[in-house]
Amino acid sequence: MPRWGMVIDLDKCTACQACTLACQAENNVPFSGPEQAAMGRSIHWHEVIADVKDEHGELHARFIPRPCMHCEDPPCVTVCPVGATYVDDEGLVRMDYDVCIGCRYCTTACPYGIRYFNFYAPEFPEPYDQHLTPGVPVRPVGVVEKCSFCIHRLERAKREAAAKGRELTDSELVLLPACNQACPASARYFGDLDDPESTVSRLARNPRAFKLLEDLGTEPKVIYLGEEKN
Amino acid sequence: MDSAALDKHAPIYKPLWHTGRRFWVWVGILVLICAAGVGAYVYQLVTGLGVTGLNRPVLWSFYIINCVFFIAISYGGTMTSAILRITGARWRLPITRAAEVVTACALAIGAINIVLDMGRPDRVLNMVLRGRFESPILWDFYAIMLYMVCSLAYLYIPMIPDIANLRDSFSRRKRLYTFLALGWNGSKKQMHRLEKAIDLLAVFIIPIAVLVHSVLAWLFSMTTQPMWHSELMGPYFVMGAIYSGVAALIVGLAVLRKVMHLEDYFQPTQFNNLGKLLFTLTLVWLYFTGAEYLTTWYGQEPAHMAVFYAKTSGEFAPFFWAQVILCFVIPFPILVSRRLRTIWGTVIASTSVVIGMWLERYLIIVPTLTRPRLPYGIGAYTPTWVEWAIMAASAAAVILLYTLFIKFFPIVSVWELEEIEQ
Repeated sequence: MPRWGMVIDLDKCTACQACTLACQAENNVPFSGPEQAAMGRSIHWHEVIADVKDEHGELHARFIPRPCMHCEDPPCVTVCPVGATYVDDEGLVRMDYDVCIGCRYCTTACPYGIRYFNFYAPEFPEPYDQHLTPGVPVRPVGVVEKCSFCIHRLERAKREAAAKGRELTDSELVLLPACNQACPASARYFGDLDDPESTVSRLARNPRAFKLLEDLGTEPKVIYLGEEKN
Repeated sequence: MDSAALDKHAPIYKPLWHTGRRFWVWVGILVLICAAGVGAYVYQLVTGLGVTGLNRPVLWSFYIINCVFFIAISYGGTMTSAILRITGARWRLPITRAAEVVTACALAIGAINIVLDMGRPDRVLNMVLRGRFESPILWDFYAIMLYMVCSLAYLYIPMIPDIANLRDSFSRRKRLYTFLALGWNGSKKQMHRLEKAIDLLAVFIIPIAVLVHSVLAWLFSMTTQPMWHSELMGPYFVMGAIYSGVAALIVGLAVLRKVMHLEDYFQPTQFNNLGKLLFTLTLVWLYFTGAEYLTTWYGQEPAHMAVFYAKTSGEFAPFFWAQVILCFVIPFPILVSRRLRTIWGTVIASTSVVIGMWLERYLIIVPTLTRPRLPYGIGAYTPTWVEWAIMAASAAAVILLYTLFIKFFPIVSVWELEEIEQ
């Protein structure tokens, strides 16, 4: 059974945010408008967050592309009262939009703040309503949603490979999620962390590898490669 | 007991047969406020939680605060009543029922606030059908239901002899009282069973009440969020609940005393004794709050300190220091002095505590959410009219339920008073 993970190389990342944009379009993320955005209500399954630190009078900026961490031990799953969010066989943290009661305990428990709530019914202005991605359900009002590692793409790729009677190859997987595919700097990798020979496993063993808020013990499956100091 | 009791305790029974204009005006106002709250909720239901001030990262606020606040108020009733019953404090007799009714009313409204907070209240049954016991919300759900059943039983069972008396000597609502009296005839055997049941309930309701409020605290402290993830939270919530509960009880008793002319029942002794209890709790509050902030500050963990500074010197500082003033600076000097521990004195101190403890719940929940661990920037939260309307309606609903209770049942346990007199 594969264990899906992602590696993001911060030395290659140019913080162009193509990943964020690709994700919005691919995953049918509704538009929130400037007013709601100003209130902090827009939904971004993927976001590039800026970490600006003042170190002895010198500003240091670091840009961190942030999908869902798909933790091995996800706090959001533990606290869900109805099992609307769960870990599947392949280690992905999934959402069942038909079960979620909208209590927002998961959004509160997630230390990474990667979960979003639908404050209103989703709206897609013309012509965007004609361009919704098939296979990605539009979420109803009142439920929580989050990054799925583009599960629909993964499922489709698996089906197509199975139809041809073969397994998915590592090179097919690396660029599978929409964010990875859109990355112009080739800074992102996707693949099976259980396969020691996969690209992500190899990169995860890199001395630059680190995870966000590692000390909380959530065991994220998104691994970052830190910038080399020069 | 007979109809003589009805004459002897006329002020208690008066609301049962007399419905004056004052009553209708009062109920009218409360119903109007409740209706506004229901209207606001329907608006929220149709439009979505976007009509509140909630946002990311502040995804919990007024409804959760009010849930904790009202369930805490509900504590004053049952806990004080049960503790005083077990310790055999005689002075509790006239106030126990008034206290237990607070529990029933406030608990019901507190529990409803959880549902008001849900994005999908239509799926509330999932909590039963698909409930996962790993989630503290499920613990809350069942603990509150258990507490509700127990506190209703604890209110109802000691009322049976009084209801039977109403069945026998009161001319109206015969059917209701006959049904609720459960065939009570006052025989020695029945009396023995009744007292046994009350004693048993009084003993069991204390751990249940402690459990309920610990579980409410664990809703927060089971997450790793800064200044929530603390083992202090459970005891802190239990203590804070008794604190605000006793304070609300004192205010309620003073109002009843004035409006229903219960001067003979709720005497300065009761207020003095409850005042002493509140004084002790004032000191306990200071100790807990001091312990919480000192340990956080001394540890200097950055994520915790962000919340610490937000509260003590950041945008929440006015609320924080108001809380310190309302929960300690005002009540302490009043309650410490025997001369000031009068009815007026305890009421002023208690009002201050009730408001202060609401602020405390606000300060526990919101500041932590505004300071995420990752560099997202600082969150903010301003409630909208919908949240204010629903909060006002919640308070009005508690008072309305209480008013209706007085209309149907004696607010003082008459049979127990009679028993003592004999």
